[in-house]
Order: sequence, then structure tokens, then C-alpha cells
Amino acid sequence: MYGQGFFYQAFVYLAAAVIAVPIAKRLGLGSVLGYLIAGMVIGPFGLGLIGEEGQDVMHFAEFGVVMMLFVIGLELRPTLLWRMRGPILGVGGLQVGITTVALTAVGLAVGLPWQTAVAIGMTLALSSTAIVLQTLNEKGLMQTDGGQSSFAVLLFQDIAVIPMLALMPLLAVSGGESDASAHGADAAKHAPTWVEGLPAWEQTLVVLLAVAAIVVAGRYLMRPVFRMIAATRLRELFTATALLLVIAIALLMTQVGLSPALGTFVAGVVLANSEYRHELESEIDPFKGLLLAVFFIAVGASVDFQLIQSEPQLILGIVALLMAIKFVILFALGRAFRMGLDQNFLFAFSLAQSGEFAFVLFSFASQNRVISEDITAPLIAAVAVTMALTPVLMLLNEKLVQPRFGTRERSEREPDQIETDSAVIIAGFGRFGSIVGRFLRANGIQPTVLEYDSDRVELLRKLGLQVYYGDASRKDLLEAAGAEKAHLLVVALEDHERALAIVETAQKHFPNLTILARAAGRPEAYELLDCGVEHVYRETLDTSLRTGVDVLRLLGRRAYPGHRAALMFRRHDEESVRDLGKMRHDRKAYFSEARERIQSLEELLLSEVEGPDEERDAGWDTESLREEFGDSR
Amino acid sequence: MPLPRRSAPCHFGAATHPNRDPSLKSVLILFAHPALQKSRVNRVLIEGVRELPGVTFHDLYEAYPDFDIDVPREQGLLLDHDVIVFQHPFFWYSTPALLKEWQDLVLQHGWAYGSEGKALRGKTFLSAITTGGREVAYQREGHNRFTITELLAPIEQTARLCEMEVLPPFVAHGTLGMKDDEIARHAADWSRIVEALRDERIDLEAARSQTRLNASLDSVVREGGR
Ligand SMILES: Cc1cc2nc3c(=O)[nH]c(=O)nc-3n(C[C@H](O)[C@H](O)[C@H](O)COP(=O)(O)O)c2cc1C
Repeated sequence: MYGQGFFYQAFVYLAAAVIAVPIAKRLGLGSVLGYLIAGMVIGPFGLGLIGEEGQDVMHFAEFGVVMMLFVIGLELRPTLLWRMRGPILGVGGLQVGITTVALTAVGLAVGLPWQTAVAIGMTLALSSTAIVLQTLNEKGLMQTDGGQSSFAVLLFQDIAVIPMLALMPLLAVSGGESDASAHGADAAKHAPTWVEGLPAWEQTLVVLLAVAAIVVAGRYLMRPVFRMIAATRLRELFTATALLLVIAIALLMTQVGLSPALGTFVAGVVLANSEYRHELESEIDPFKGLLLAVFFIAVGASVDFQLIQSEPQLILGIVALLMAIKFVILFALGRAFRMGLDQNFLFAFSLAQSGEFAFVLFSFASQNRVISEDITAPLIAAVAVTMALTPVLMLLNEKLVQPRFGTRERSEREPDQIETDSAVIIAGFGRFGSIVGRFLRANGIQPTVLEYDSDRVELLRKLGLQVYYGDASRKDLLEAAGAEKAHLLVVALEDHERALAIVETAQKHFPNLTILARAAGRPEAYELLDCGVEHVYRETLDTSLRTGVDVLRLLGRRAYPGHRAALMFRRHDEESVRDLGKMRHDRKAYFSEARERIQSLEELLLSEVEGPDEERDAGWDTESLREEFGDSR
Repeated sequence: MPLPRRSAPCHFGAATHPNRDPSLKSVLILFAHPALQKSRVNRVLIEGVRELPGVTFHDLYEAYPDFDIDVPREQGLLLDHDVIVFQHPFFWYSTPALLKEWQDLVLQHGWAYGSEGKALRGKTFLSAITTGGREVAYQREGHNRFTITELLAPIEQTARLCEMEVLPPFVAHGTLGMKDDEIARHAADWSRIVEALRDERIDLEAARSQTRLNASLDSVVREGGR
């Protein structure tokens, strides 16, 4: 791996990625498919630039999945996770259970011994965390209903790996030792784990202790450590600490027989509330991305075209049957859990493959002669094909299925629910939109509200509000909400990109609407102004000013001048946003985004050097009066 | 924790004044100056009366910087006091804007006036103003062509409509060139008047014959106790 060989490999992988991914993106295929194709091309069955060692690389690169779950954990605060417990246990549990049973039945039907059938059933029931999450993320679908459900199922699968690993040895026809590795655990593959040979209850205890240790350390230990490290102001030290943290957790988890991905996920969730969350995320992110890329390339390279060529019916038959069974079960679950049809398709297409866990388990099983080589070889080939097909299926779903079924269902369902033709449409009913909406209602205006978070929709409906579920950037939904007759559209979403999408749709199709848009801060306001939105509201401006006014009051200043000063400050600030927004274009050509931000802050601070309030509100000034009339006695 | 939007007045009439002698009158000073930081005269005038026992000093611009007047609270304050004072600089022959808003919102029909509105009946009212113009300017033949009494007619009539006893105003004229010792003298006069109002030591007969209360104080205020 080192010296020449290492660099050669690195060169081949990176070159393949650099060439294939831009092409794939150009063609609208997404990066994951690009990597997979690159892998197939350079693999032993393509150009042969890399050989069988692709397998090892893959096991190493699986660590990218561990990092990915860490990053996902960082974005998921504990309360959010707790709210997801229903889907995780419900949908996740049912998916793993039912799929295992169905696949086991197939195994029995083709005459496998029941132990083997169960082992295969369990293994293939799991999906590919890496491919699914990466693809969903890239398409920006993580926050959708389907995306969230997919994530919930994947999380449950990661938990389910634990009992599965415990069961494996019991199932082995000829006995064998347990291998605790799942995602990326292969570094520790041959080292004995701490829990080996312990009775089951002690194993459980050790596992619980390990998880508790992560939670406690994340809560109380990591923050001071990170603070200390951050105080050194050595960036690379912070990077090293972040990596160390992730690797240490992965090792610990492997030692106690848990999935490292699960462990780092928990650590991520625990650290999600910490002030170092963003730094951690940005430190780990490049490693994660690179490792995942290598992982996908390795998966592509491991697709065994020779075997497929020699036994095409068998392999493709397995692929078709496997994906069909998984798809049907997923789809039925989606229905049972009342997912919208479009979300249900997304959900079922996303998870219909088998995952990287199968590689680890099958190679381990065949090494230990738990399942014979002639059964695992075609299965491994089939799993690789299902993984490679996933991005393709998701693409087909996006391009062919969604436009038809999704829309039809929505427009069948939505119009009869949106029966108001109110003058005001509010898109997004979170912290911002809900205040606008409540205020309007308090003043006798009933706005039509569109909200993308189905949980919130339920809740608000229960509270008697007229809230409708849907993506307001879609023309048909805006139409259904009465955009043709309405006068005003309040874009109150937190998600800036989506807000821009809504503005674009509204401007294109409903020029009658006057748009009022929420902006997080100046950069967002600039973009909205660029789009021609006249009414832009920076969400923290008024509140911050109110805080400033109260600071003045607590310092003993008079209330009314403070109030006036805030009004004036706000007017100036709004003017400056508009001015700087225009100037920005000239500068943008020369400076990077970051330089630009620093520069505009500088400009802002300089422009604030206004006189004390004596110089404002000159109407109350009696100085000149006193000069003119004061001593004419 | 956000600040309470309105700061409570320093004294809250009878309820918050344990030392208050029930035989005395309670005085409510409604003070309005939008730019107190620029004030020379009122700043000193209010010093003497702010903390007087039995006197509630209510700084309107401090309480309602956003003009969001709490009407029930204001009406409650009026009910709690016997003597109502508008204290302000003379701006464009009238009150500063907030005090006008206060009148429009607080003196509701059916509460302050009208066949049902008797809430203020029998209370005593007076204005306490400072003017840039000198006394000579407030004459028929003077610069301002009307007397202070005439110019204050809208306020006087407002108080009368609410069936209040109206006293002549306290006026500090000629603030523009006013020397510090003059200001101090006016402040002493003003405190003396407020105390006398509270203690019912104003000779109402004598007072009514004056155009301004502080023209010849000794004939108006009966010295007593304190
Ligand atoms: C907006 C404004 C309007 C004024 N209008 C008048 C007026 O109509 N008649 C007058 O005599 N003085 C007028 N003045 C002068 C003020 O009455 C004078 O400055 C004030 O009473 C001084 O008190 P202070 O030092 O507490 O501010 C005006 C002053 C301002 C700022």
C-alpha cells in the first residue's frame, strides 16, 4: 500500500473521480453514480488499473460512512432524534423484520438450510447507508418525508446489526466465531474484542456502559477538551482532535461489538448542541467526502462482471427478485404509514438495494465456511449491482415517476383541502411565518398557509389553523393555494435555497403576487433583492435593535431617544443593504465571497460612526433659537 | 429577559404611598418632554417635584417611547389622584405630540366626558409650561399676538368638559436666555406650588385672579406646616 504502490493507487482513484464525476454531474446523474461508473471503468473487469485490492480499499473507505453518520448526528439535536423515535422503531423495525422473513422464505424455497436462509435474509434486508444518504443529501431530499423515513430506517438497520451479529454464530452450520465488524470495522477485524466469551448479559452491560460513556464524555469531557484545543489556535490540531474523536469512538464500538457508525452517530447527536458543532462538521466533512468517494469507486470496481457474464440469469435474477421484494415491502410500509404517493416512491426506490454490510458479512461467512463460497459469490455480485443500480433508480424516480404520480396525487388531494381564496399566502409556518400568521388572524385576515413539515401541519391543523402540506416552490401547489387570486405571498421559510425557489416560481407564474420575503441576514437579503423582491425582512434586525434599545435604557439613557435612534438605525441599515447590494456586483468579480463579507462588515462598521443623538432630530434643538433670541433682552 | 415596556411611575398614588396623609390631596404630574437630554429648564423643574411625597411623577415619553399608551392604566392613575397636572415645554403653542395622543386616547367619551363620563368630575387641573417666548411676547400687541391664557384655551376647555376645576397655569417664560439662577428660582416656585396643591394651601380665590399661578406666589400660597 505504501511508497510507489500507494501513490499509484491514489493517482488512479483520484484521476478516475476527477474525470468521471464532473461528466456524471453534467449528465445529471449525480456524483454517486459517477464514482460507481469510475470504479467499474478502472476496476479489474474494466481497464484493470486496479486489481483485487479494491476490496481492501473498500473496507478501509467504509470509514467514510462512519464519518458521515457522525456528521449527520451533529445536525440532529437530541430532541429531534427523540421525535423520530416513532418512525425509527415503527417503520425501521417493520422493514427489517418483514424483509428478513420474506427473504428467508425465498432462501428456504430454493432449498437452502434454514440457518443459511436466515443469515442471508437478515443480511440482505439491510440497505446501503452510504449510497442512500449521500444521494439523498446531494439531491436535497433529506428533509422530505421520504428522506426522513429513509434515514429512520437506515438508523434502525444500524442498530439491528448488533443482534444480528450476535445471532450469526448461532446460525453457523458448522460453527464459527463472531465478527463484530460492520461499517468500517475491518481495521479491528482480527483483533479479539473485549466482549468475546462473556455471557450475554455481561455483553449487554458492557455495550450499555460504552454508549453511556460516549454520552457522558460528549456532554462533559469533550467541550473542555475542544476549548483547550481551540485555544491553541492551531487549526490542524483541531482537525487531528476531531479525527481522533471519531476513530476512538469507532474503535471503542468495535471493541464492545457495536456498529462504529452507530457509536459515532450517538456521539454526533450528543455534540449537536455544543458550540463546536460547526467546526467539527467542517473538519470532518472533507475526510468524509473523500473516503466516501473512494468507497463508491471501490464498490464500482468490485462489481464482478466476469461472474455476471458467466451466469447472467442467476445474478440478474437475484438482483431483480431482491430489489422487487424490498421495494414492495417498503412501498407497502409507506402506504401503511400514510406517506404521500410521491414520498412513498422516493422512500421505496431509495432503500430497495442491499448494502455494504453484506460484503463484510458474506466474506466473513465464507471464510468461516458458514455459507459456502458458491452461494456468497453470486450474492456479493448481486449486492454490488443493486448498489450500483440505486442511483439509477433514484434518477428514474425523479425524472419519470415523480412528475406523474406525485403530482397527480397531490393535485387530486390538495385542491379539495385548499378551499379558501384568501388574499395572503404564507409559505413556511415555522418561527417566523407563525408569528406573521397569528398576527394576521388576530386582525381578521385568514391567510392560506403552506408548510413542508408534515408533523407541523398536523399539529397546526389540530390547533384549528388552515395549514396545508406541500412544497410551495411547485407551481401546481401555489395554484391550488389560490396564487392566481391572491395579492400577497409571504415567503417565511428558514431554508434560503427553497425560499429562492419559491420566489422564482411565483415570479414566473404569478406576476400578480407581491412578495414579502424573510431573509436570514445580509447575504440572503442581497440575493432576494437581486431577484427583484422589494419587501425583504432580515429576521434578526428588529429584535437585535430592540435589544440594543434596552441596553441603552439599562445604561440609564432615555427611552424615547433610544426608540427614535433604533428607527433611524433601521432605516439607514435598510438603505445600506440596498446600496451595498448593488455595489456588491462590481466587487464580486474581484474578490472571493469571504473577502467580500469581511469587506462589507468593515464598510458597515465605518458607516455607523454617526454623531450622538444630539445631532439627530434637530427639530427639538433650541440651540439656534437660543442664539437668535436668547440675549435680545 | 425583556424589559417591561413601561417603566412604572415613581409613585403610584395612594396605593404605593404608605406615608401619605389621607387628609392631603394627591397630585399626578403628567410630564412630557421628547428630548429631555437637551432640556435646560424642565430638567431642573422636575427635580424638585419628582420625589415629593404624595406626588406621582409620570414621565410619559419614558413610559411610552413607542406611543403605545396603556389606556386603562392611565385612567386608573387619574382616578387615584385629586390634582392633575400637564407639565411640558410649550411646543408650537401646544403640547408635545405624545401628550396630545394621551388626551385623544385616555379621555374617552363615556368615561371622561359625556352624560356617562364623570370619572374626572371635581378634580383640580392645571398646566405647567415653559416657553421660549418672553411674557411681553404673549400679548395682543406682542410677537405672539395671543396671551398664554388664550393659547391654552383648548387644554383649559378640555379639562372643563371633563368637569374639572381649572387653575391658571404655572408658566416659566423666556427660557431661551434664562440664567441658571433664574431657572433655580422657577424650580423653587414650582415645588412650592406643588406642595401647596397637595396640602390644600392654595388660595383659590386669589389664584383665579391671576393669569399665571407664579405671577405673585405669596398672595396665592398660604404658608403652613411643613
Ligand atoms: C419644536 C419646538 C417648538 C417650540 N415652540 C414654541 C412656541 O410655540 N412658543 C414658545 O414660546 N417656545 C417654543 N419653543 C421653545 C421651547 O418652549 C423652549 O425651548 C422650552 O420651553 C425650553 O425648556 P427645556 O429647556 O426644558 O427644553 C419651541 C421649541 C421647540 C423645540
